[in-house]
Amino acid sequence: MFLKTDELREKFIKRSEELKAVSDVDQLRIEYLGKKGYVSALMQDLRNASAEEKKEAGKTINELKQFIESAIAEKIEILKKKEVQLLIDAAESYDESMPSSNDLGSYHPITLVKREVESIFTSMGFTVEDYSEITDDYNCFEALNIPPHHPARDMQDTYYLSSNQLLKTHTSAAQNTILRKYKNNLENGNPIRAIFPGRCFRNEKIDACHENTFFQMEGIMVDKDISVSNLIYFMKTMLSEVFQRDITVRLRPGFFPFVEPGFELDIQCLICGGTGCSSCKDSGWLELCPCGMIHPNVLTAAGIDPEKYTGFAFGLGLTRLAMMRYGVKDIRVFNSGNLKSLSQFTEKSFVNPESK
Amino acid sequence: MFVSINWIKEYVDLSGFDIKELINKFTLATAEVEDIYEKGKDINHVIVGKILTVENHPDSKKLHLLKVDGGDRVYNIVCGAPNVREGMKVALAAAPARVPGADINVATVGGYESEGMCCSAKELGLSDDHSGILELPADAPCGEDIKKLYPIEDIVFEVDNKSLTNRPDLWGHYGIAREFAALTGRELKPLALDDLSYDGDYQVPVTIEREDLVYRYEALKMDNITVNESPVAMQIRLYYCGMRSINLLADVTNYIMLEIGQPTHAFNANMIDSIKVGTPKEKIKFTTLDNTEREIDENTLMIYNNDTPVAIAGIMGGLDSEIVEDTGAVVLESACFDGISVRKSSSRLGHRTDSSARYEKMLDPELCAQAVGRFAYIVKSIDSGAKIASKVNDKYVRKYPEITLSFDKKYVDRYTGIEISDERIIHTLTSLGFGVDYNSGEFTVSVPSWRATKDVTIKADIIEEITRIYGYDNFNITTTMMPLKPVKTDYAKAEDEEIKDILVKKYSMHEVNSYIWCDGRKYKKLGIEVEDNVKVLNIENSENGVLRNSMLPTLLVISNENKDFAESYAVFEIGRVVDGTREDGTCNERKHLGAVLYSKSGSEKELYYKALEVINTIVSEIKQTKAEYKKIAPAHNWQHPKNTAEISANGVAFGTICALHPSNKFKFDKTGSAVCFEFDMDSFNSVRANAIEFAETSDMQSVYYDLSLVIPDNTRFSELEKCWVNENFSELESYKIIDTFERLGVKSITVRFNFVDMERTLEMEEVQKKIDKILDNLSEIGVVIKA
Repeated sequence: MFLKTDELREKFIKRSEELKAVSDVDQLRIEYLGKKGYVSALMQDLRNASAEEKKEAGKTINELKQFIESAIAEKIEILKKKEVQLLIDAAESYDESMPSSNDLGSYHPITLVKREVESIFTSMGFTVEDYSEITDDYNCFEALNIPPHHPARDMQDTYYLSSNQLLKTHTSAAQNTILRKYKNNLENGNPIRAIFPGRCFRNEKIDACHENTFFQMEGIMVDKDISVSNLIYFMKTMLSEVFQRDITVRLRPGFFPFVEPGFELDIQCLICGGTGCSSCKDSGWLELCPCGMIHPNVLTAAGIDPEKYTGFAFGLGLTRLAMMRYGVKDIRVFNSGNLKSLSQFTEKSFVNPESK
Repeated sequence: MFVSINWIKEYVDLSGFDIKELINKFTLATAEVEDIYEKGKDINHVIVGKILTVENHPDSKKLHLLKVDGGDRVYNIVCGAPNVREGMKVALAAAPARVPGADINVATVGGYESEGMCCSAKELGLSDDHSGILELPADAPCGEDIKKLYPIEDIVFEVDNKSLTNRPDLWGHYGIAREFAALTGRELKPLALDDLSYDGDYQVPVTIEREDLVYRYEALKMDNITVNESPVAMQIRLYYCGMRSINLLADVTNYIMLEIGQPTHAFNANMIDSIKVGTPKEKIKFTTLDNTEREIDENTLMIYNNDTPVAIAGIMGGLDSEIVEDTGAVVLESACFDGISVRKSSSRLGHRTDSSARYEKMLDPELCAQAVGRFAYIVKSIDSGAKIASKVNDKYVRKYPEITLSFDKKYVDRYTGIEISDERIIHTLTSLGFGVDYNSGEFTVSVPSWRATKDVTIKADIIEEITRIYGYDNFNITTTMMPLKPVKTDYAKAEDEEIKDILVKKYSMHEVNSYIWCDGRKYKKLGIEVEDNVKVLNIENSENGVLRNSMLPTLLVISNENKDFAESYAVFEIGRVVDGTREDGTCNERKHLGAVLYSKSGSEKELYYKALEVINTIVSEIKQTKAEYKKIAPAHNWQHPKNTAEISANGVAFGTICALHPSNKFKFDKTGSAVCFEFDMDSFNSVRANAIEFAETSDMQSVYYDLSLVIPDNTRFSELEKCWVNENFSELESYKIIDTFERLGVKSITVRFNFVDMERTLEMEEVQKKIDKILDNLSEIGVVIKA
């Protein structure tokens, strides 16, 4: 009997060593521990043995059974590990440096700059207004206090249409319409805060620095007691936000018929920081946006009483801003339709100023 | 405009001030200074020398060997100038010395040692004259620094002319000096004028025929003028300010223009006996003193002697009445012409002069008299023999109205937002020449004539005067106080932006910008005709004059021009088109979305279905509804007659999808294809957007049922769809096409239907009943199950 269990143990160990796959282990388990397996057979053999013998042999057989069970479990563990290792060894090592075929679309750079600036203004309570590209003499000039013989009205500056209209030369052309739109609101105690981005047209020869079709953005704020002091504060705050850094500005008198007083606003050159470089023609300053207190005649033309209300207006060259933002040196890129250039503007341009 | 600080100092004492700082203040308070030049800084050890001997160089025809007395010693100089002679006083750069752009050291010239250089006026930066060396006055002491002899040292700054557009008073030094006086708080000295006394009654006769174009015309005759050349100091000053010296009388007129901004003209008195100001009856030819023949039309104001034209008013004099060397008598014109008329004439002639540039700004007619007095004063101070030879004939046709403005201190406070004291306001305005009447917080201000031609007309203009001199840098800046209020969303704009996001991010399309007018030449290449529409009247290239009525031709051009960008790509733009005119004749401007899908090798059909997918996505994402299509006849002859369809949603038609007409397609690309679509955004924006309505979903097992159907020609899927959609089966959860197949002209399609019930699992028999109903409906339109 003992011999038999020992033999069986030996035999099991030998068989077990030959096993190569997890699936074979199951077969072995059935062979030894199954209903008709060797261990069961041993138990069968005990049927006729004495109680003493039974007790003795039962213990031995149980030991054997436990041995086999744990040996099988161990074997499975080992074989599983081996198989996983084989999978790992056989696996391909992927090349992360392979270029992916990311077929990205692109926004026009003006859209990106416009979105960015608009979000700054809406966060400050401004509405974003739309205005037509085609307008008339009244809106483009007369309502803006531009006198009848002003050079801006000459054919060499303005595109006139066969419909007795014209292509707007500046976004200020929307001022009258927008002031009128919100006039009642204003009288009900709601200040006017609006920006109007748009495409403008000037009869100009096109070269690297000049386009006949370009984007501007106009902004106005009208309320009781809006002052020059408010204007300077606002321009500084707004530009610091646009350029995402603290900006040094200076105001110079500038003449535009639709503001009084009018200013040219310069910012300290962003490239040299004011010491003078080729970008700022060694002056340390960049002329950026014209602005001023809305001329009383402009308010009057929109039916707003200039004795009661004051306001300011400013212009921002969006095309120019896009050139500064993206380092575009040739303005012709914007209307070129050249996808090799334009497809580079794949996403929002903003950079988190706190990122490193 | 160039401004000489030496000149300014004649009217304002600037001692004790940092000049550069003042110039910067001027930029911030008045007008932009573009450049500052330190004249004479580059000149060092240039002294008065006297040529003692002149010897010819043995080997050179040009060179001379000079001995020059430099006061301390005699210098050996080799000199190439033709005008050397013994006894001549010269500007000697005695080595080591410095002249603009060069260091002068002892050097060997033509084999001889030269201990310096005799300088021409050009070499000293005093004029353009390089014909010979500069001759100094005979009494100049040898060895004296040339900077002591002449006002060579100066600071000259250039003001951006654009920033002076609205300030006619700043087109002369005296006006600029007034600004410096206000900025420094110092006094502005008065101009010295001749009293113009004349014993006699003679006046140069003046007739004004076009009073509408003339404010004032003054004429004065002077004679007995013998000095021909203006003093060197004057010549240097003119040169520093950008003008060349010509002769005494011409120089004095230029000097006065630079000094007070008033252009004057000196006629040779021998050529003038009676002046007439008018316009020609018909076009004439006239030769100006730059020896150019110009065509003068009937609208150009001219000056005549009797009936002979002698000058173009405010622009340029004629060659025949020019001051020449021996002109001993002069008729001075000091006039104020209408600025708009001068600008228009000068623009018609294509000829802008220092004079016309000033008239354009609307000069103060009061300046005319000042200029006459100043002319006589300066001429007499240079040529003591010169005499006034007439009474001034002063035709003061029109005066500008006097302007008086009233406001109170509260107005200033409200407009500026800061506190500026009454005293400061009064002082600022007075220093700028305004008359101020002050009575406990109430100001009554009279505008000086030189600011009253167009510049200062309302009280807001006074705010500018007060604040610019106060200094914007000194402003205490504050934010506004405004009620808290949400900003209304502009849905039309939000939809535009969302469409851009879908097209760029989901379909990898590229946004472009194009022009609002048609490019006829480029259209032609694609066989696209420019359709009649509103035109730009004054565009350079007449082929481009017509405004576009669709975004697509331009976008097709752009697609066509990018063929080496990629195998396939798509472009889009949201822009404006003009759809003809409205009843009142004005443009019907519409906002459109245009898109073109291009593929070098893909089939047109694939592209067309891709375009449909894009449109369907836009409509279902933005409007939460389905796009519907209806075949229509093409509106443009480049569109495909069969494959042009109208797009609508919720009953509103808003766009078109189309393939290209075969004849255009062939011109576009022999192998590739393009498909386009266009939305009228105003219409699209008006489509009602459905709200998202949440539907409970079933947890029960759904049952699917595939039907393979044979479709007759010309039967559209939308017709099939009706066969089950119209049944409104509540259990039909969804359906989709899982296969399409076409063989030997027979089209078939497999549709998978999913049925589910909210509460229980459906029995097959129930589903079969519904399928049978669907098949019944299908058979009515000739659709049968595939065998």
